[in-house]
This record gives sequence, structure tokens and C-alpha cells, in this order.
Amino acid sequence: MSYLEYSVKHVPTGPSKILHFNWALLLLISAVAGVGFLMLYSVAGGSFQPWAEPQMKRYALGVVVMFMCAMVPIWFWRSVSGAAYLGTLVLLVLVEVMGSVGMGAQRWIDLGFMRLQPSELMKVTLVMALAAYYDWLPPRKTSRPQYVLIPVILILIPTAMVLRQPDLGTSILLLTGGAIVMFAAGVHWGYFTAVISMGVGLVFAVFQSRGTSWQLLKDYQYRRIDTFLDPASDPLGAGYHITQSKIALGSGGWTGRGFMQGTQSRLNFLPEKHTDFIFTTLAEEFGYIGAISLLALYMLIILFCLASAISNRDRYASLLTIGVASTFFLFFAVNMSMVMGLAPVVGVPLPLVSYGGSAMLVLMLAFGLLQSAHVHRPR
Amino acid sequence: MRKNPQENAETHSRVTRRALLLGGAQLVFMGGLGLRMRQLQLEQADQFRLLAEENRINIRLIPPARGQIFDRNGVAIARNEPAYRITLVPEDAGDVDEVIARLASLIELDPGELEAAAAEMKRSPPFLPVTVADRISWEDLSRVAVNTPVLPGVTPEVGLSRFYPMRGDFAHVVGYVGPVSDYDLSKIENPDQLLRIPRFQIGKVGLEGKMEESLRGKAGTKRVEVNAVGRVMRELDRREGQQGDDVQLTIDQGLQSYTQARLGDESAAAIVMDCNTGDLLTVASAPTFDPNLFVEGISVAAYRELTDNDYRPLAAKTVQGTYPPGSTFKMITALAALEEGIAFPDHTVWCPGHLEVSNRRFHCWKRAGHGHVNLAQALRESCDVYFYELALEVGIDKISAMAARFGIGERFDLPMSGVAKGLNPTRDWKRDVRGADWVVGDTVNVSIGQGFVLTSPLQLAVMTARLATGRDVSPRLVKSINGVDTPQPPSKRLGINEAFLNEVRRGMYAVSNHRRGTAYGSRIIEDTNRLAGKTGTSQVRNITAAERARGVSRNEDLPWNRRDHALFVNFAPYDNPKYAVAVVVEHGGGGSKAAAPIARDITLQALHGGQPPLEAYPAKDRKRIEEQQERLQKLVPGRNLTRRDRA
Repeated sequence: MSYLEYSVKHVPTGPSKILHFNWALLLLISAVAGVGFLMLYSVAGGSFQPWAEPQMKRYALGVVVMFMCAMVPIWFWRSVSGAAYLGTLVLLVLVEVMGSVGMGAQRWIDLGFMRLQPSELMKVTLVMALAAYYDWLPPRKTSRPQYVLIPVILILIPTAMVLRQPDLGTSILLLTGGAIVMFAAGVHWGYFTAVISMGVGLVFAVFQSRGTSWQLLKDYQYRRIDTFLDPASDPLGAGYHITQSKIALGSGGWTGRGFMQGTQSRLNFLPEKHTDFIFTTLAEEFGYIGAISLLALYMLIILFCLASAISNRDRYASLLTIGVASTFFLFFAVNMSMVMGLAPVVGVPLPLVSYGGSAMLVLMLAFGLLQSAHVHRPR
Repeated sequence: MRKNPQENAETHSRVTRRALLLGGAQLVFMGGLGLRMRQLQLEQADQFRLLAEENRINIRLIPPARGQIFDRNGVAIARNEPAYRITLVPEDAGDVDEVIARLASLIELDPGELEAAAAEMKRSPPFLPVTVADRISWEDLSRVAVNTPVLPGVTPEVGLSRFYPMRGDFAHVVGYVGPVSDYDLSKIENPDQLLRIPRFQIGKVGLEGKMEESLRGKAGTKRVEVNAVGRVMRELDRREGQQGDDVQLTIDQGLQSYTQARLGDESAAAIVMDCNTGDLLTVASAPTFDPNLFVEGISVAAYRELTDNDYRPLAAKTVQGTYPPGSTFKMITALAALEEGIAFPDHTVWCPGHLEVSNRRFHCWKRAGHGHVNLAQALRESCDVYFYELALEVGIDKISAMAARFGIGERFDLPMSGVAKGLNPTRDWKRDVRGADWVVGDTVNVSIGQGFVLTSPLQLAVMTARLATGRDVSPRLVKSINGVDTPQPPSKRLGINEAFLNEVRRGMYAVSNHRRGTAYGSRIIEDTNRLAGKTGTSQVRNITAAERARGVSRNEDLPWNRRDHALFVNFAPYDNPKYAVAVVVEHGGGGSKAAAPIARDITLQALHGGQPPLEAYPAKDRKRIEEQQERLQKLVPGRNLTRRDRA
């Protein structure tokens, strides 16, 4: 069902939109952000500077952005999806060109009050573009090869560009996020099975060829892969961070060492303690109970989003919601796997908790779109 | 574009299905994350908490205070003085050059030290302190301390450093300490962690080196919390170490300092030993050097000056130097002959001034000869021919056996560097080492302490003490360690007939108190403090027949290093021996002229426990002695020297 087909008269207008807001979701988001403020205060040694205060200001700005996005009808967002995608792509090219024309490896555009990374924005606009595409595409054509190819290209262009930066974490998020939207839109199982088995086959071939005459990669590339997959083999280099991170997590125990008592983070054994590895500080100071509680908050956010997606009969709205929720899921799933030593360190922040402007604002923007979809859902 | 409502419902339900599938997969993944948390945080928690503690806690060593060294009366010989220095933490300083410029306006900075500090700053992480000024005065330290607000990163620090207030007086006995070198470490099998502390001082030579283990003490530890880059955040707890053992010497500082001053710039050695206990009251070697120079790091030029000096200031001649004992050995020959029944009190020998032995002419020091001499006269006037005759009959075996009973050729176990064994020659020794058979001429030479026999001043003092007491007293240098007396086994009788010993002692008494004695000029005229001694003049060269013919045998005509060594041994008081003294003046000429006066002066100082009255000296010498006493008094350091007095 598309917005053209239902009567908009049941959709709330004006200030009454506020009443139809998904307040529970906002509450959950605020709770997670609150955890972030607490941890940033702690890793700064009990100080609002230099991280907690700027983060709070950005969150406040993010909430405003979210409300503004939510007030705008979802059909407006649908109609600008393609343009937003293209615009972000242009920005990506722009930073790439600027970066290579003597401005150093700069991957952001200075907006004055913050630095915008187009790759962050792309996470949202890609989902928007894909949702709009599947909303436009008659469902029966969804699995036809030529119509599968178009979204694949839409996904691969930004992924390749971000990978070149190089930002492995973001490109994984883009690729997987895009694939999830395609999956939700109903693309045939076969495509996913084929791609996954091809990927597995390729990896298998690469490793099997090692040391043989038809070796696919150079020796040093294999060694890089080795340390990437098994950081413990290089305990003072790549493995140092992950070892220290596991020590911090493990020493938390059931209830943790207490607020601001985490020795690992306070004594700087943890790398990136205010950004990618902030979860370890939480786990060290509040223990298993604290860590599992944060995971539960994230899970509730995902569940609320999926419930909203399912209950929304508009195709664009539900695909967008699923896409945003899945991207959010990927954020924390990759981050937590990384700090718990389940995945290689690729540089993905913990959503709403890690210190960082771009990610926070883009996430709030995405939640704004989600709220808009929720407020303007067909009735 | 309108769509088929049925298809709409169909697509929506497909989205719902897929959304539920996705949600399910995500929940499963989150479940996996939860399980991993459980595994890390609950199951392996103990192990990881231990690792976190290991990360966080670092154990640091606290260097112990080195044991101090005192003389027998508790006067400090080696102590630890606060050493002041200025350190700078570059990170806290900010603009290092600016801070150093301000520092330079307050105190004088050594350009060399600054250069070293700048190099160190480049090498080490910016949060580690670098020493910019070492061994500064208390005034300079205070000046910096009150100005710290404008000197960010600058810390005045107080450490401990060795100081020898008696300077050169104990240099050879106590030795000195210095920073641990790589060479030191290479010699030690399992080095104490302490030795790895930068600038840690260990004993290098002398007692400081020999007793290093007990003087050093045990390191304390403190547990500190450090961060990932090793910066100390706070101290958690500390366990104090054990400071080094205090060592008390048997040496009397007053007597030692006097002796050192009395020896002056001569190349000489003197020992004063308690006849009855074996305690060494003085172990002096001259010329000497200031051990404090080595603690601070001696300059190459100053070191060269010490090593290139013909008088060998660095050598502890008292125990390291070995000399032919000359006539001081005659008591041994005499006792061997007495014990064999060859000599007896009224037995006389005709001395024509020389003796022919197997076609070789052995001369007496007195060319004209002594005429008929008995034992007492032979000792008194040091007649060589008398002892040649005895030796020919006694033989080397008995003589060296007697010498061994008096400690000649024995390495005494003293905590000093390079204690020499000397040489008590035997037939076996000559065959093994020289590859030749013992000949009778060798015996003749040994009988008057020439030829192969070599003794250290320490051995001469022990010999004299044993002659005086008839007991096998052994030297002792360390009186107590940490207040616990070092055990000294009671001396046993040597097993020599007291009558024979008395005979020899009488001869020695005559040396110093008979008008014709060789050391009559250096007598003591106090009746209770009579001195019994023996002069010795040992040749360091063979006088050739040609030289003898030309008559060039006057010492004064020879270059210094070919002149005779002057020796004197004595004990006093004669009738109740307390002290045994041995003096050797290298290339000093005759024993009666060069060594005996020194020995007499030292003996009197020992007997009186300080400045003796002039009445103890022969009347005609008093004027000269008085002047000498005044001069020396200025050289003997007072008992309360401090670091500041040195500067």
C-alpha cells in the first residue's frame, strides 16, 4: 500500500502529531544516550570535559533534529530519497577529491559546529533510496535479475568509495545494511544464498591457495589477514587493544568495580576508551549486570522499531524502518563483537554511547525518519 | 499507479515475514553477545581480574641505606650524606628551554650535565624525570625549592651518597664506592635487582668492595599503580628494606690519621697492631688519595695523575706491597738456631766483615767487621756474619719452618683488596717455581732477610706481635658488624721456649736502648714505655763488585727507585707488650734513619692514646719533635668534618 492509496485525513496534522509520537522509543534512546553521558563522564576521570558535555549538547541538538524530521510527512521524505542519496554520493566524491587534492586525508565537511562525514550520512540515505526503490518497483518484479542489479549497484558504489577511504567498518555497515533492506523487500532467497556461498567459496579458495603455486595473494597480505583475524598472535601490536579490552570486560565480574573505579580505562590501558571501546569501560565498572542491561536496551529499541515496521502498512515506511533498525543493530552488534574479541577490530562506534558528532546526529536523523513513518502511518 | 489490493496484502505479509525473520536472527545474535559477556565476565572473571591487577600494579625497588663504617671508637669513616639534585620532567615543564634558563639564573648549571640531560630527554618518554643538576649544595637546593612555582616540572630531590669524612686517611683500608658499571654486572653471577637502579653505588675496592654483600642491605619494595605508559599514579603500599650492616673497624681513627700525616708524602706503609688481641689499630699507606673523588666520578686527568705516580698512591702497600724484610728477619733465624741448640746466649762468632761461602763472599753491612759477637750483640748491631754462620748450620728448612710459625708467607684473611701472600722460600718452592736446586748461598741470603724472602708490612707486624707475646695472634680489621663482635679465636702459644724468646727480645731491646743499638737514636726514654725493635735495610739491587770497588754504594747517590727500603719493627712497652708496629719506607735508605723515627713516633702516640709528652723523647730531640708535632697536628683531621668543610 502506498501513500497515494490511503486517505490522509486520518493522519494527524499540526501539533497533534506530537501525541502520535513513538514516545517509548524516544525514552529508550534517551536511556542509552544517558548511559553514554555517564560513561564519558567516567572515562574523563569524573569530569564533564572534554567529552560528556559536548556529547550532551549534540544529543540535545539530535533530539531537535529528530522532532523536526518527525514533523515532516513521510511522503515528503520518500519523494526526496533519491535526491538525498545522490546528494550524499556527490559529497562522498567531493571529500574524496578534496582529500586527494592536497588537503590531507580529510573525510569530512566542516559545518562550523560539527564535522559531517558523508559516509555516516550515506548509511541513512542508502536505506532511504533502497526503500523508495522497492516502493516504486512492482512487487512481482522484485526478484527479476535486472531489478536486483539496480539496488546492488546502489549499494556497491558508496561501499566501494568508503572502502577506499579506507573505512572498513562503515563499508561493512553499508553493504550489510543494504542487503538487509533488499532481503526485507522480498528479494528471492536464492540470490542471498548464492552470494554468501560465493563469498565463502572465495575465502576458502584464498586460504587453500596459500603456499601453493596458484597462490591468490602475496605473502605479506596473508600475514596481515592472520593478525586481523587473530590479534592474539601479535600481543603488543594489533592484539594489545583486544587483550586489554577483554581484561577490562573480564575484570568487571557480576557487578563491576564501581562507577569510576575501572582501573583499565582510568589508567589508559584501554585504547579509544571514549569512542569505539567505551563498552569495555561500562562492562568493567558496572559488570555483567550493566553490560547486559545496555544490551537489553538495544534489544528493546530493535523490537520497538520492528513492531513499528510490521504494523505500518506502507511499504516505504516499513522498509525504511527495518533498514534503520538493522543499521542500528549492525552498529552495536559489530562494536560489541569487536570489543569482546569475537570479530576483528574494524572501527565501528557503539551507537548513541560512543563520543562522536556525525554518528550521533545521523542516527537521530534516522530515528526522526522512523518517527515520521510512525506518526504518518496509514490508518 | 494503482496496485492490486490483494497483491498489496501479499507484499505486506511478505515484508512482515522477512522482518520477523530478521528480528529473530538479530535476537539470536544478541543472545550470542549476551552469552559471550557471560563467558568473559562471569566464567573467566577471576583470571581477567588478576590480569588487570598485573597491568595496574608495578613493583618498584627502594634502595636501602648502605651500612656505615666506624672506627673502634665510633668515629664515622664512611657515611651516607644527603645528595641533592634537581630533576626536570619535560612534560610538566612545557617550555623546557625557558625553565632551564630560569633555573640557570638561580643556580650555576654545568654545561656538560645539561648536554647529557638534553640527550636523555630526547631518548626517554617526556613524563620521566631527567637530572639537570647533581651534587648541588643545600643552599642551591633551597633556592630552587622556594622558586618551584615559576619552575614547572622541576623537583629538588634528596638522595643518599657515600661520603668519607676522613678523606685519604682510610682510602686504602675502606676503599670506595662507585656507580655500578657494566663490568661490575658482568662479574656477578646473579645480580641483585638493586644493581640495576641507575646511579646505584657499590663497593669497588677495599673493605667497601670485600664486604659489599653485608654493607649493601636489602632492597625494600613499593607497589605503585601505573598507567599504560608506565607513569606512576599513586603509591599503594611499601615494604621497607633492610639497611646495610654497620661495620666497626678495629682501627683507631686518631692514630690512623696521625700515622697517615706522619708518613706524609713518603712512599711508605705502617701498621700498628694490638699484640694481644690482634686488632689492627692502624693500617696506613702513603701517599694516599681522596676516595670521595671516585664516588663523584674522578676526572681522567686526576686519575692519570694517581696511576702515573711512581709512589703508587692507589696501592695499599700495607697488605699488597711485599718487600725483602732485611734485618728484621734476623729474629727468625736466631730463633731457629736457638731451638736447634746451635746458638746459645754465650755462643760467639767472629765477624771479620764478610764470610766466604762456596767461593762467594757475603759481606756484613759493616765493612770493618764486628769482631766477636754473641746473639744479643748481633741483633743490637745487626751483624750479618753472625746470622750467616747460624744459617749455615741450621739450614733453610728450619728457618722457613720458623718463619711460617710467625706468619711469613701466610695470606691473612682481611677484608681488604689484594692481600699479599709474600714469600717464605723453601727447597720445594725453588725447585717448582725456579726449576733449580736450593743452594747454600740462598740460605745465607735468607738468613738476613734478603734473597727470595718477601714479606708485607702486615706480616712484619704479625711477626713482631708473635715475638712479643709468644702466641699466634692473628690480625683483625673488623671489630663488630651491627654491634655484634666478630669472633676472634683465642691465640695459642707458639710453643717456643720462653727463654729463647726472651733472648731475642733482649736483643731487640738493646737495638733501641743500648748506646750501640742501631735504633738508639729513636728510643723512648719513659721507663714504663721502653721500646724493643729491629731495624732493617733491604737491598733492591745487587751491589756489583765493580760498584763496591768504586765505592758507589751511598744511597743518596742513587736514583730513588734503586735505593734501599727502610724497615723497622718494634713492640712496646718492652716489659708488658701492648703494641706491635711495622714501618716500611720504600727506597727510604737505612732502617735506623728512615723507618725507626716514624715507628717510634707512632708507638708513642699509640701508648699515650694521643699526643705524647715531650719528656718521652730524648732531651736533644725535643725541640725538633715539638715543631714536628705542631706541624702534624694541623694535618690530622678533626672528628666532626662535614661535607661543607670539604668545599
